[in-house]
Amino acid sequence: MKRKQKKVLVRIIVSAVLLVFAKIFCPDEWWAAFVYAVPYLVIGYDVIFKAVRNIANGQVFDENFLMVIATVGAFATGEYTEAAAVMLFYQTGELFQSVAVGRSRKSISELMDIRPDYANIERDGKLEQVDPDEIAVGDEIIIKPGEKIPLDGIVLEGRSAADTSALTGESLPREIDAGDDVVSGCINLTGVLRVRVTKPFGESTVSKILELTENAASQKAKTENFITRFARYYTPAVVFAALALAVIPPLIAGGGWMTWIHRALIFLVISCPCALVISVPLSFFGGIGGAGRQGILVKGGSCFESLAKTDTVVFDKTGTLTKGVFNVTAVHPESISEQRLTELAAYAESSSTHPIAAALRDACNTQIDRSRITSCEEIAGRGVRAVIDGEEVCAGNGKLMDDIGVSWHPCHHVGTTVHIAVNGVYAGHLVISDEVKETSAAAIAELGRIGVKKTVMLTGDADAVGKDAAKKLGIGEVYTELLPADKVEKVEGLLNAEQGGVLAFVGDGINDAPVLARADIGIAMGAMGSDAAIEAADVVLMDDDPAKLAKAILTARRTLRIVYENIVFALGVKALVLILGALGFASMWAAVFADVGVSVIAILNAMRALKVKN
Amino acid sequence: MKKTFKLDELDCANCGAKMEAAVKKIDGVTGCTVSFMTQKITIEADDDCFDDVVKQAVKVCRKIEPDCEIIVK
Repeated sequence: MKRKQKKVLVRIIVSAVLLVFAKIFCPDEWWAAFVYAVPYLVIGYDVIFKAVRNIANGQVFDENFLMVIATVGAFATGEYTEAAAVMLFYQTGELFQSVAVGRSRKSISELMDIRPDYANIERDGKLEQVDPDEIAVGDEIIIKPGEKIPLDGIVLEGRSAADTSALTGESLPREIDAGDDVVSGCINLTGVLRVRVTKPFGESTVSKILELTENAASQKAKTENFITRFARYYTPAVVFAALALAVIPPLIAGGGWMTWIHRALIFLVISCPCALVISVPLSFFGGIGGAGRQGILVKGGSCFESLAKTDTVVFDKTGTLTKGVFNVTAVHPESISEQRLTELAAYAESSSTHPIAAALRDACNTQIDRSRITSCEEIAGRGVRAVIDGEEVCAGNGKLMDDIGVSWHPCHHVGTTVHIAVNGVYAGHLVISDEVKETSAAAIAELGRIGVKKTVMLTGDADAVGKDAAKKLGIGEVYTELLPADKVEKVEGLLNAEQGGVLAFVGDGINDAPVLARADIGIAMGAMGSDAAIEAADVVLMDDDPAKLAKAILTARRTLRIVYENIVFALGVKALVLILGALGFASMWAAVFADVGVSVIAILNAMRALKVKN
Repeated sequence: MKKTFKLDELDCANCGAKMEAAVKKIDGVTGCTVSFMTQKITIEADDDCFDDVVKQAVKVCRKIEPDCEIIVK
């Protein structure tokens, strides 16, 4: 509790004790009002002060002012105990509310606190702690076990494991070795690392994420705007209703002024819209925090609203559903051993920089001995011809085989096929393809289970490759051989066909930023460090796992449910107490509950949004 | 120009909403959001009158909630 809150607490206790004494010892005389005024003033003097000050500033429908009218009115109608007690309750509720909001603010910001406090830099042989802002690109920093990685960089020395959970929600530590890139915001777990900084602090991942989460709260959801607009009319409406209630019934019925004025005062107590105005942004904020904990960055409450209604998910293939890394997935030798075929392919392609050549070299585990290659000639659009150990090896596509007059046959495996011929004899082929991520199929099945109606895959890959991947993953619609511009067009087509639903596009952020921006909701994946994606997307999945998608949608739905619960609950209780109050069944106590009690309950409910279900 | 300021002692959510509405009415302001959760106000206004707008915003907010203050760095 802050000092200010403690002071209020002391006043509450003093006032409560005084009130109890007054209740026990004070006789029912005309001067009783002055006795009850003591606990009333102890607890309410600041409210009265604020009311006067705000009226001077032209704030008519100020909650302090309304509370003062209500309680002074109660005094005037002879309800001394009630007047003091209502003020007491009001202040207690406000205190609760302020503590609860403070706590939730703190727990959410702690959750998102990945800001590194310092970086260790070596100066004159000694380690110094400096502000990460002062470190320049190219500086070498030391990261000890247990410390946060302060800036993005590349490991020069050391081996360790990094806890990336603050960024990705992934609890399994990531292995780090010399030569690896490290991302700021992770925690170094086991070993000392010497890292060369590759990005200044302002451009490091951690700053990007912090900026994003801090701005998240300013992108307000429709519900939030609705509530603030509602609040603007709610208070005057209730106040005028109170006025009408105080005047009209006694005029019609002739008399009973005291009863009706008392009922009107109840209205004034309920007229503050704070419970509503507080609970909606708090729920969204909690949801953003809870999603962040799972490695899902949401750019604002409005994104939750779209995400929850998603019924079509469009995927980019490479890097999103597949690993985006080419691997040899099949080796089919004809006349030689599997190992020999792989070796020949690797040697033939040893001087090429093409990703396919890299995949072939990776498949062959042995070090390439260049002295065995006597000549090597690249044939554009065909492949390579090389002389290895005195044998002529041709590696390439079907066209190359036709050119040299070797009979070949296509492979039943889908992917890029490299045929090999040795001394003019067909030796077999290797298939290179991009591997589907282990979690992709399950992720798509999960989307179907939670009610996403349509999944679509877009890819720039060959038709056969794309269709095969879609079939394996259980994706309904697939469009292949698309250029980046075609993807935008396809998504626009799907958007037009869409009726009322929401279309989400999921991409890895590399050259699909325009599509991310065009979709109803753009989701960038595996974006640790990819600036364009973070800029263009509405939701960023921090790691590569497509399974996070269903989690993101479920978190959005849960958050929205909490928001609606709070709105219905707060409005419901207020409406109920207003009706009961008008009919004379509700006391001013119930009214105080409908005001501050509801706020506290709504705040506690909003905090549920922060919890993560696994 | 767009700038974010910290709001000290913003205790009442409705006051935040009132401040947002009031700041939006200041001449030259093109956008304003008050985030009750992060206790921050973002003001967007034309470059040439920005400092003036901020001064007015501070004044307007003080009128609405005298306990709460925009911290102008």
